[in-house]
Amino acid sequence: MIDTPSVDWLALSPSLALLGGAAIALLASVIGPRWTRTGVAAGAAFAGFVGAAVFGAVVFDQTPSPEILLNGSLARDQLAAMAQVILGVTGAAVVLLAWTERRDAVAGEYYALLATAGAGMAFFVSAENLMTLFLGLEWFSLCLYVLVAMDRERATSLEAGLKYLIVGGFGSAVLLFGSALVYGATGQIGFGEIASANVTDSAFLFAGLAMILGGLAFKVSAAPFHMWTPDVYQGAPTSVTSFMSAATKTAAFVAMLRLLVTAFPDQSDVWTIAVAVLAAVSLAWGNLAALAQRDLKRLLAYSSVSHAGFMLMAVAANSERGGASLLYYLVPYSAMSVGAFAVVAARERELQRPVTFESIAGLGWERPLYGLAMWTFMLGFAGFPLTGGLFGKLFVFSAAYDAGYWWLVIIGVVATAVSLAYYLNVVRWMYMRSGTELRVAVAGGSPPRDSALGAAVAVCVVVTVGSFFFVQPILDAATDAASSLPF
Amino acid sequence: MLTTSLILVPLIGALIVVVVPLPRTTTAGLSFLVALLEVGLWIVAAGRYDFADGGLQLGASRQWVESLGISYSVGFYGYSLWLTGATVIVCAAAIGYALWIGRDRPRAYHALMLFLTAAVVTTFVAQDLLLFYIAFEAMLIPLYVLVGVWGGERRLAATLTFVVYTMAGSLLMLAAVVAFGVTQGTFSLTASGTSDNTWIFLGFAIAFAIKAPIFPLHGWLPLAYREAPVEVAAVLSGVVSKTAVYGFIRIALPKFPEPADDLSGVILVLAAAGLLYGSLLAFRSLDLRGIVAYSSMAQMGLITMGIFAFDDLGLGGAVLQSVAHALISASMFLLVGMVERRCGTDELDALGGMARGRPVLATIVLIAGMIALAVPGSATFAGEFLIMAGVYAQGWGYSVIVALAIVLAAMYMLRAISAILHVKPGRAVRDEALDLRAGELALVLPLVLILLVLSVWPALVSDRSFPGQTPVGTSTEVVP
Repeated sequence: MIDTPSVDWLALSPSLALLGGAAIALLASVIGPRWTRTGVAAGAAFAGFVGAAVFGAVVFDQTPSPEILLNGSLARDQLAAMAQVILGVTGAAVVLLAWTERRDAVAGEYYALLATAGAGMAFFVSAENLMTLFLGLEWFSLCLYVLVAMDRERATSLEAGLKYLIVGGFGSAVLLFGSALVYGATGQIGFGEIASANVTDSAFLFAGLAMILGGLAFKVSAAPFHMWTPDVYQGAPTSVTSFMSAATKTAAFVAMLRLLVTAFPDQSDVWTIAVAVLAAVSLAWGNLAALAQRDLKRLLAYSSVSHAGFMLMAVAANSERGGASLLYYLVPYSAMSVGAFAVVAARERELQRPVTFESIAGLGWERPLYGLAMWTFMLGFAGFPLTGGLFGKLFVFSAAYDAGYWWLVIIGVVATAVSLAYYLNVVRWMYMRSGTELRVAVAGGSPPRDSALGAAVAVCVVVTVGSFFFVQPILDAATDAASSLPF
Repeated sequence: MLTTSLILVPLIGALIVVVVPLPRTTTAGLSFLVALLEVGLWIVAAGRYDFADGGLQLGASRQWVESLGISYSVGFYGYSLWLTGATVIVCAAAIGYALWIGRDRPRAYHALMLFLTAAVVTTFVAQDLLLFYIAFEAMLIPLYVLVGVWGGERRLAATLTFVVYTMAGSLLMLAAVVAFGVTQGTFSLTASGTSDNTWIFLGFAIAFAIKAPIFPLHGWLPLAYREAPVEVAAVLSGVVSKTAVYGFIRIALPKFPEPADDLSGVILVLAAAGLLYGSLLAFRSLDLRGIVAYSSMAQMGLITMGIFAFDDLGLGGAVLQSVAHALISASMFLLVGMVERRCGTDELDALGGMARGRPVLATIVLIAGMIALAVPGSATFAGEFLIMAGVYAQGWGYSVIVALAIVLAAMYMLRAISAILHVKPGRAVRDEALDLRAGELALVLPLVLILLVLSVWPALVSDRSFPGQTPVGTSTEVVP
């Protein structure tokens, strides 16, 4: 008789809901009548993501104090649950965004992979030892490698897929090697056990910590580990890009926070500095590089690098306030990110060409709602009032200032000033240049009907603006979530 | 509730204007009605404010982010009441002007104007540092588009410099807000104490100095005032610049008494330099907008000198001058717009001789110009005199500079008046160019009449700005 560990199905439910959705999507693409396939697959993935968000909310509600499950391999706590809610809503919005884009033969696979990637992320954020951490990372990364290369007829998509596979594989390998070193130094793989092993001055441990941090920095696309980001974001199908920019970041940041705080509290004087330096480099590099971009997807890619910098500031603070501000930041950030890519996708479908500044000229007047939405997202990224971006920045800055990183706050403020140049440039092209005069964009007429995408944009606008007016409930949830870590 | 409705009415108006598809003139008319309603609400507020009592009144407060001590709190001090009054009146006149000339894309335009009104009003009533910052920054959003879309030929360059300058200031202020709020544990302006951190003070002071603008941070001003639509320029120079005044009086002085005192010398010198430099630039300017723009810069220098005089004469004078300048600069800009519409240009060379056959225009321009040059007996003269008297305590040299500036103001204003009205008809002035129409008169006349009332009774504003309070510097009490 073998002892089987008792399984807390509720804690696993977000992942399971998504896996179920993926299975239905895959089956539907084989057995259903041809005309139902895309609809059922998309519906199943959508239901899976919504289910994950709902189950995540239930877990959040039912888990007052953190628990460790399955022989110390997974954590059931509010941190993971909140991340799962963000991931679920993000994924659902991405499915809406992709709804009309994916009508080809591989639609079933597309939605199945998307849902599976979501399941992997939902698993990843609750990883409590190095093994499950790596497992979760590979789980969603493998799905994303395929998703990025999904548009087989476009050379850039294949190129992006290959690039992401190689760089991502390298990142995973670094993380795995780092895990091995940490295991070698402490003899433990559980996060809590690594901390209580009380190994303080082992070179292996520090080398391992550095490599794990580097591996995770690949995933959050923090400079100087961001080299893949612009090419992959540009080449990947836009719906996949939006998913990566919001969901991958959420998952990787939550995992990074959990790992650093739980496993390496004694080394915090080292890793906080490292993370602060990463933050500074990301802010500088991301913002300066974004200034030179003319392709909107590349611009948003660099902008996501700079936002990684802001979120790293929150990690560097190494405090409950920092954790809470990171989680708060992720909410409007995910919404703005998905929303901005959704508007890009809408324009892409309308014009059937890559979206550059020239091709959004006059967008604000021709497509007033998309224009207004894009305007909101750009102002949100820049941290303007009436969007959650302002409070995101404010909380992150306060946490960093509280932790003594006043220089990081100054860099953040300067970076924000620089970022305005390119965010407002988007607004300028949308409203102050006319498409007819440049003869690039179509003028007049009504846009192709795409109510699913419109709904995705609307949800993103509501979250972006709503997180400004209803800060307190989100911040409360974020504080609860952050308090499940041993700060 | 009354204060909150002053913020909500234009916001809701903006929403209705942008969402409901109405015909062009109806949209503009609705927006003008909302602006007038706002003026009405302000009159009610002014009626309810108890000047005998002074202090913070008509307040409302609601927790926003508890853990950081951020709240939505608004309320009126005497000076905020006057600054708000100037705002609602100037904004109503500007919106009326846009209605009169029928701006393109009226739904977007009027929604942005109403949003701007709400943002400026919020700035003047904010009693929470973060709310102040939010409103201060929110003003930029509509201004950016209003100048960038409806502006003149070089509007893109104008928006760029304007945004780069003001955002640099705003972000410095954000850093200062974070540092101040986190150290104090609250962002409430009523609950927080004072700080002696010079760096944080500088963050605020530089942001306000850019917004005002104070020499040498005025780089954005000429382009923005020249390229903006006239009524937006009126709002920009008339009331948006006054948010800096509120910031100095409400935040920079009372929260940072020591740094403000330490650095007052530098600020006074810069303000005085700006006063002289702006006046000289106005005198040398080749176009009407340039004259009004640079004279605004000079006036802001003067007002700043009044604030940093640190006594009740100077502060009262600064508020009076702020209100008077808001009205005068708005009416000047609107008049410039009316001249531009008749002649197609505002270059002094091409204008002249418009007084002949256009008695109403001539009269209004003359009265407005006389008030602008601070003719004795006018509201602006009273303001300048109070500031001159107030700043004397800081050094007689400053008073001399203020006196000199009055002479310079006479020089550039008289030059502008005669360039429009007198000499021989300029090449751009056609015989058929009309006198002021009734609609135009209806917009400018109220502004001029209010100025005349203030000229008769300047103490209405100057004595009722800080009732029952001892201004900073004269005792241990801080301003509000």
